[in-house]
Amino acid sequence: MIPLVPDIAHFLAGLLVLLSFVQLYQSRLPPLISIFAAQSLALATFVAWQAQIQHAPHLVITAGITLIFKVMIIPLALHGLIRSLKIHRTVETVVGIGPAMMTGMALVGLSMALMMRTSAAVDVVVREDIAFALSVVLLGLLMMVTRRNAVSQAIGFMSLENGLVLAGTGAKGMPLVVEISVAFSVLIAFIVVGIFIFRIRERFDTVDIAVLDRFRGERP
Amino acid sequence: MLVMQIAQTVLAVAVAPLLTGMVRKVKARLQYRTGPSVFQPYRDLSRLFTKETVVAHNASWLFCAAPTFVFAATWVAAAQVPTISFDVALSPAAELIALFGILTSARFALALAGLDIGTSFGGIGSSREVMIASIAEPAILMLIFVLALVAGSTRLTDIAFFVASPSVGLRISLLLAFVGLAMIAIAESGRIPVDNPATHLELTMVHEAMVLEYSGRHLALIELAAALKLLFYVSLISAVFVPWGIAPSGGTFVQYIIAMTLYLFKLAVAAATLAFFEISIAKMRVFRVPHFIGAALMLVLLAALLRLVSQSF
Repeated sequence: MIPLVPDIAHFLAGLLVLLSFVQLYQSRLPPLISIFAAQSLALATFVAWQAQIQHAPHLVITAGITLIFKVMIIPLALHGLIRSLKIHRTVETVVGIGPAMMTGMALVGLSMALMMRTSAAVDVVVREDIAFALSVVLLGLLMMVTRRNAVSQAIGFMSLENGLVLAGTGAKGMPLVVEISVAFSVLIAFIVVGIFIFRIRERFDTVDIAVLDRFRGERP
Repeated sequence: MLVMQIAQTVLAVAVAPLLTGMVRKVKARLQYRTGPSVFQPYRDLSRLFTKETVVAHNASWLFCAAPTFVFAATWVAAAQVPTISFDVALSPAAELIALFGILTSARFALALAGLDIGTSFGGIGSSREVMIASIAEPAILMLIFVLALVAGSTRLTDIAFFVASPSVGLRISLLLAFVGLAMIAIAESGRIPVDNPATHLELTMVHEAMVLEYSGRHLALIELAAALKLLFYVSLISAVFVPWGIAPSGGTFVQYIIAMTLYLFKLAVAAATLAFFEISIAKMRVFRVPHFIGAALMLVLLAALLRLVSQSF
């Protein structure tokens, strides 16, 4: 089983990238939230596995935080949110699945090329894990750019944060304080975004971000 | 080995209706219906073979020849996939490109037969089928490239043998290729989000629209070919991604028995998975099908890209 050890970490990191692509493809909200939960579960497994092979017990705490907040609390809260706003049946107008996926591919290629150049001295497995993490971050950003719905933008943001945790735990020696603060900042961001969504909803009767542009007078 | 080749060939055509029956049965059970027995497709086929064959007045020879050709081509393709043994007589010929070429020629014949009678349903079915094919085939070619990059060969037995060897761990490119191939298989074998094999509603049917004019033994051959095509994709996925249990060359009798049992087990698992997938998803509009297959193409392209960047993927 020894040759499988780096493979499993690698495989889980790749699974995160794959699930980012599935998020880009999915245009309905309830499956999108479930895919985000699945991605977080993959991340929690990755972090727990890293704790095992790096002999770093504090990573178990990170895995636990991910498991409790991102796999359970946040997806359940989001499901409740979209049900109470009665937007769980809306099919979102995306920029277009084809162009979004193409851009995503280009971003993965970009992060691979970048990591191969800048970190040539690092161990191959760690380098590729970090390249995957950068891909997840960029795909999360892409998700926020291509969506008009506030809920899916929030999911894009949290999936971006999954990429950050992936980068932080894939390499050795990230202190626990940083991880905990990142985890809590995401929780706070989630609360802020939730309030934000409610406020837009009250003000404009929709969660489409485009109305904000019109409100500010940026778009006629 | 000639004996094993014959065994695999016979097994393919013997098991294909059973796979279709299992998918239908599991699907019925998941919908709280009892459903027909898993052997119902055999009874349907034997009934169709004995029924009178009606051919339209303006049908050309193509219409009568197409079912036989489609069945023969699909059977040849399905028989090449290593299911019980790596060492079969025709394994040097089992190149992936050739296999998909054979399947494509079968599809070409069926599309022509759909156009031959001149009814509007046949025409619309053929046009949709060719539209799906024109997007699915680049994805298939890219998939073959990925497998060839990983295994160093386009020959199916070599790929299966390579993946079964212990030196191959978990590979990202294989994961992406697996998801891509599963999506392509669903589109190609006409299963639910792309095409519904149980419908005769003109807005949605693709494969059924092409074969609407067929009856009797022609229809039996076409139904058997459709079952064989599903079996081909399931066997292909199990041979490429879960090849464990396939008997090596010069295997003992016990190994063949184990390989056969495992193969049937894999078929049952695939049937259950497919049925579960089908009841949990709705049929998509015809014009969304390009998105679906396009996503498969992107995934396989991503696998190729990762593989080209680094050998460890």
